[in-house]
Amino acid sequence: MAYPTDRKYTKEHEWIQVNGNSATIGITDYAQQSLGDIVFVETPKVGAELTAGKTFGTVESVKAVSDLFAPASGTVTEVNADLATSPEKVNTDAHGSWMLKLTLKNPGELDGLLSAADYEKFVAEEAGH
Amino acid sequence: MSSVEATPAGIPTNVRKTALNAVHRQMGAKMVEFNGWDMPVEYPAAIGCGIINEHMAVRTGVGIFDVSHMGDIRVAGPQALAAVQHISMNDASRLAVGQAQYSALLYPEGTFVDDVIVHRLGEDEYLLVINAGTREKDFSWVRDNARQFDCAVENLSDDFTQIAIQGPKAVNLLQKLTDADLSVVKFYWVTRGALCGLKNILMGRTGYTAEDGFEIYIPSDEPTSARVWYEILAAGKEFGCVPCGLGARNTLRLEGALSLYGHEISDTINVWEAGLERFCKMEKPEFIGKEALEKAKAAGVKRSLVGLEMTERGIARDGYKVLDGSGREIGYVTSGSPAPFLKKNIALAYVPQEFAAVGAGAKVEIRGQGVGAVVVPTPFYKRPKKTS
Repeated sequence: MAYPTDRKYTKEHEWIQVNGNSATIGITDYAQQSLGDIVFVETPKVGAELTAGKTFGTVESVKAVSDLFAPASGTVTEVNADLATSPEKVNTDAHGSWMLKLTLKNPGELDGLLSAADYEKFVAEEAGH
Repeated sequence: MSSVEATPAGIPTNVRKTALNAVHRQMGAKMVEFNGWDMPVEYPAAIGCGIINEHMAVRTGVGIFDVSHMGDIRVAGPQALAAVQHISMNDASRLAVGQAQYSALLYPEGTFVDDVIVHRLGEDEYLLVINAGTREKDFSWVRDNARQFDCAVENLSDDFTQIAIQGPKAVNLLQKLTDADLSVVKFYWVTRGALCGLKNILMGRTGYTAEDGFEIYIPSDEPTSARVWYEILAAGKEFGCVPCGLGARNTLRLEGALSLYGHEISDTINVWEAGLERFCKMEKPEFIGKEALEKAKAAGVKRSLVGLEMTERGIARDGYKVLDGSGREIGYVTSGSPAPFLKKNIALAYVPQEFAAVGAGAKVEIRGQGVGAVVVPTPFYKRPKKTS
């Protein structure tokens, strides 16, 4: 799987795509693959405050419950309502199925996140290859 | 994102492997540790699998499972029946040769050592198929409690690779590979025949999916196990056969409201609470646990296992609390999951009698919130009647 280079990644398997002061968040293809069939996505409402590194929501597959961790701090401006009714879209297109958009509080936080190449290396190690 | 159920990256040490372990890894299965065994939880989406697809294949066509981690105990000899009658709660004297029954081994307290399928293989020969996580405990229990009877108790657990072929097309698939006439084998009966070039193979019309199907017992060497596995898959192609992991096995049995040891039944839950009275024959003169069960019944059953269906958005999971309308804790979920065929979120839960009536409302605590649910009849899923 080639990971898009237009965004950054966390070791908790979220991606974040920055556009000026705002950003879009989702989970990676590796994450959806590890989870299996995704049946439930729960994200905070518009206006909620996210804190970098803290949980902000939940994604559930048939088998497992996983927390979502915020890659950056900010205020939620939009949530992908589509995922409430069609969570399986995360399986078919993880990098296109964004979960929420936010206004960044401190864009400098992004500096510590992984590039696509570093993330690929990281998951290869985690998968034990 | 961090999963609460980590998937081991490599082959973990000190876990046991079935003879099909290399096959599962070769097929790209996601492996997990289950009761000390390294087992496939699901096969990859790239070959048409994943828990939902595997589950649907079994409901509508056929799927196969490696269930070699299950244990097998043979009880044979002049007093084999008396021994089986003493250690199990169902009435084995009703079994004809070739017939099987669902039963359980009980502690003197009337709680569960394990649930078992008792097969009568011969005049004085019984095969008890038991759970993976309780293999050693069960064998010791059966051996110790059968000591007073003139019979031999053997642990055959490592002798078989056990493959479950499950689904409405299971009979069609298996018939392609055996000379035994499967059309005359009724549900919970066994037969023997040639299979994939092997002679005298035991095939039981049993399973754990609430679907028609068979469980076959072949020699446990790796080459034979792998060859038969692939031959079954190839023969099943025309019926949409897929390999299935423990994930689908769990969702399938949950839709059928079939008990899982450590969840719906355990050493702290008795037969009445678990709702398994139809498999417990109190008219038998004696069996381990009978006295305690008589007392428990006289004292009144305090809680019972119910089916829950979520009426609000949320998935009940194993161990979640069940609350009453006012938010007071009244019980707990033993097994909860999305039900892929029913397309509902369902659960089995223990609640006090006064909350157990079908139609009663309840809440399940999910991440601190009470989410609406209702008590529904079980099983959640019942297979359509068919003759074959």
